[in-house]
Amino acid sequence: MDILVLLQLIVSSSLMYAAPLIFTALGGTFSERSGVVNIGLEGIMVMGAFMSAVFNLLMFDTFGGLTPWLGLLAGGLIGVLFSLIHAVATINLRADHIVSGTVINLAAPALAVFLTKIIFDAAQTGPLARSFGRSNILGLQNIPVIGPIFFENTSGPAYLGILVAGIAWVVLFKTRFGLRLRSVGEHPQAAETLGINVLRFKYYGVMISGLLGGIGGAIQAQAIHNEFGILTVAGQGFIAMAAMIFGKWNPLGAMGAAVFFGFAQSLSRVGSYIPVIQDIPNIWLQVLPYLLTILILVGLIGRSEAPKKLGITYIKGN
Amino acid sequence: MVQSEKVIEMIGITKKFGEFKANDNIHLDVKKGEIHALLGENGAGKSTLMNMLSGLLTPTSGQIRVNGQDVSISSPNVANDLGIGMVHQHFMLVEKFSVTENIVLGKEEHRFGFMDKDTANKQVQELSDRYGLSVDPKKLVENITVGMQQRVEILKTLYRGADILIFDEPTGVLTPQEIQELMSIMRKLVSEGKSIILITHKLDEIKQVADRCTVIRRGKSIDTVNVRETSQQELADMMVGRSVSFTVDKKPAEPKEAVLKVENLTVKESRGYDAVKNVSFEVKAGEVLGIAGVDGNGQSQLISAITGLMKSASGKITLNGKNITNKKPRMITESGLGHIPEDRHKFGLVLPMTLEENIALQTYYQKPFSNHGFLNYKEIKSYAKKLIEEFDVRTPSEVHSASSLSGGNQQKAIIAREIARDPDFLIAAQPTRGLDVGAIEYIHKRLVEQRDKGRAVLLMSYELDEIMNVSDRIAVMYDGRIIAVVDAKETTEQELGLLMAGVDKNRASAETVTAE
Repeated sequence: MDILVLLQLIVSSSLMYAAPLIFTALGGTFSERSGVVNIGLEGIMVMGAFMSAVFNLLMFDTFGGLTPWLGLLAGGLIGVLFSLIHAVATINLRADHIVSGTVINLAAPALAVFLTKIIFDAAQTGPLARSFGRSNILGLQNIPVIGPIFFENTSGPAYLGILVAGIAWVVLFKTRFGLRLRSVGEHPQAAETLGINVLRFKYYGVMISGLLGGIGGAIQAQAIHNEFGILTVAGQGFIAMAAMIFGKWNPLGAMGAAVFFGFAQSLSRVGSYIPVIQDIPNIWLQVLPYLLTILILVGLIGRSEAPKKLGITYIKGN
Repeated sequence: MVQSEKVIEMIGITKKFGEFKANDNIHLDVKKGEIHALLGENGAGKSTLMNMLSGLLTPTSGQIRVNGQDVSISSPNVANDLGIGMVHQHFMLVEKFSVTENIVLGKEEHRFGFMDKDTANKQVQELSDRYGLSVDPKKLVENITVGMQQRVEILKTLYRGADILIFDEPTGVLTPQEIQELMSIMRKLVSEGKSIILITHKLDEIKQVADRCTVIRRGKSIDTVNVRETSQQELADMMVGRSVSFTVDKKPAEPKEAVLKVENLTVKESRGYDAVKNVSFEVKAGEVLGIAGVDGNGQSQLISAITGLMKSASGKITLNGKNITNKKPRMITESGLGHIPEDRHKFGLVLPMTLEENIALQTYYQKPFSNHGFLNYKEIKSYAKKLIEEFDVRTPSEVHSASSLSGGNQQKAIIAREIARDPDFLIAAQPTRGLDVGAIEYIHKRLVEQRDKGRAVLLMSYELDEIMNVSDRIAVMYDGRIIAVVDAKETTEQELGLLMAGVDKNRASAETVTAE
């Protein structure tokens, strides 16, 4: 195969798999920077995926080509709603963050499949009306060499994710909002004594994570699986959290890590075109992303720079 | 108007938590331009009172006036607007933020929500110059000294335009030199027209800087006195409610053979650096060896290594002639060690368990407390009752949880457990941290009593007074090393202070002499 074509294939397929991870990892970053662990992102992605699939099938006649993009919003909104459960449980009711997240992870797939059954009378939605497909990015595909590799026939949502990662970085590190959000995750008492409403900022963090996690799920359904079923998300939320940790709770780092995990996932698809890798049995390539997740988490946790008060419930006046 | 010179008036303040009255009809007034000390034992209600001034709590009843106006301080923002700022005991600083970011947080310079770092840095620098509080605006807080962290805390209040500054136990973590610096900062602030409330239980600090002093005992205000006309003894008696003695009465030590020997000990922290570096010393029967030093110079790790809680990387520790290097804690304990740990909540007690269970914690597996793996609660109970009586642990009963006791009584329970086993070697790490004069007096007596019985005592403390009062010899730790061992009778606070700051022995003695 021509090297240019091969590179284009690897890049575009890595980006396609990376797109949901980028959004969800960014979401996790916001939640955890405010001090709330959100392992419920897996469940939130499931709800986002489900909602976008339903929206896609039911609203295509109204919105036509815009449907998948609007589907992202639908997924994001349901994500916010679901994240509110986590917010109320952990911030107001002082539940353990892991327990609350686990409840969401158990409840979301059950609820989504149940509703799918009611609406479509099957465990899956079946093929969506319109998926993202592949697109050229803003005319950049005309740049020689680089253009075709990176910007031609590639994943639109991934580039949206990269843009959002940049915005997220600016918001976290260059704005007043970001400074306050981070202060709440690092030292909530200090923030409180300076008149910052700690609980409100934790809500912001969790809700942003719901929005971005829901969008991540919506991309998973509309760009990769082209349907919704129980296997649509299958661990992507956890991989996204690994990307967040690998990226040291920094939006740009999380985005980079997400692209790396996207590459790992794409290998099982495009590996057969790459010399050396094509000799590895496909099952190993399919296992690879999960294996990498475990290895990275084992290797990094503890040494990585987590927000100081991550996972610790804030009680006013204590 | 007479009223206007009072910047703060708290009139008949009562604060209830459930049925418990933390503050009971307290009166306090602070005049403009004075340093007003608020003196009281731990748990007397000082912090509760101040939290009502800084907006973290609201009073159940009573009236607060600021500059003659009735106010209701419902949030930290309101306190802030009234010009009240608090310098917290445990610094309220985000370690990963820069000095400037910490100072401006919550009141940031911004353009359309974007941080304006240059203006903020400039403002902080100006403020720092104006009040002589030298800080490095761009440095991360985790990389600056404790003294500078405190200056950042002070600048935080000044940045918000505070005229009334509350200092909550500000000297606990400072070296003697840093304490002197802080005192002159406080005087400078007052000369600039600020008013200061100084919360403390250290009498010499009150004598040094305060103009007036309000004493609080068990939630009630006892009296407000002019500091110049009141002696330390009078202040202490008012605070505790009975006559207390400051110095420990003790005979000269009669040291005998070495009980604990530490040779070339090195201890590595989990992150890989050497926390204790090639340390050698011994503790003899019938003496108290004090270990002085600023927090974080390897004292904790040294004790962890001796007690078997941390591994030694190299070197040898001998107790009663037995090599205990890297042995299991129980084996070390059984070789004759008693340990009053530095953190009584983490290592001293199992807080949710009952007092009797806590008292049996070191011996529960032995007869008569245990029989073929079953606990004999009858024996445990009677043993616990005996110790509670003997060591004057104030508790409603032996089956109350350890967490329900006050700090002083928790500590007494630990001391009872450790001393009653009659160990040849007793380690007391920060045994009076956060305790009031009455409890401190009691604990010091018990330590000296052990010494007089011919036991070896190792006392680790960050409090110089305590070290100088109780010890016979003093080893000073700096940067993981013991840099000097001095005779407690011959040294001075100043010399120890210099040693603790890493100045070598010869220079420290020389500087002390010239200063005098």
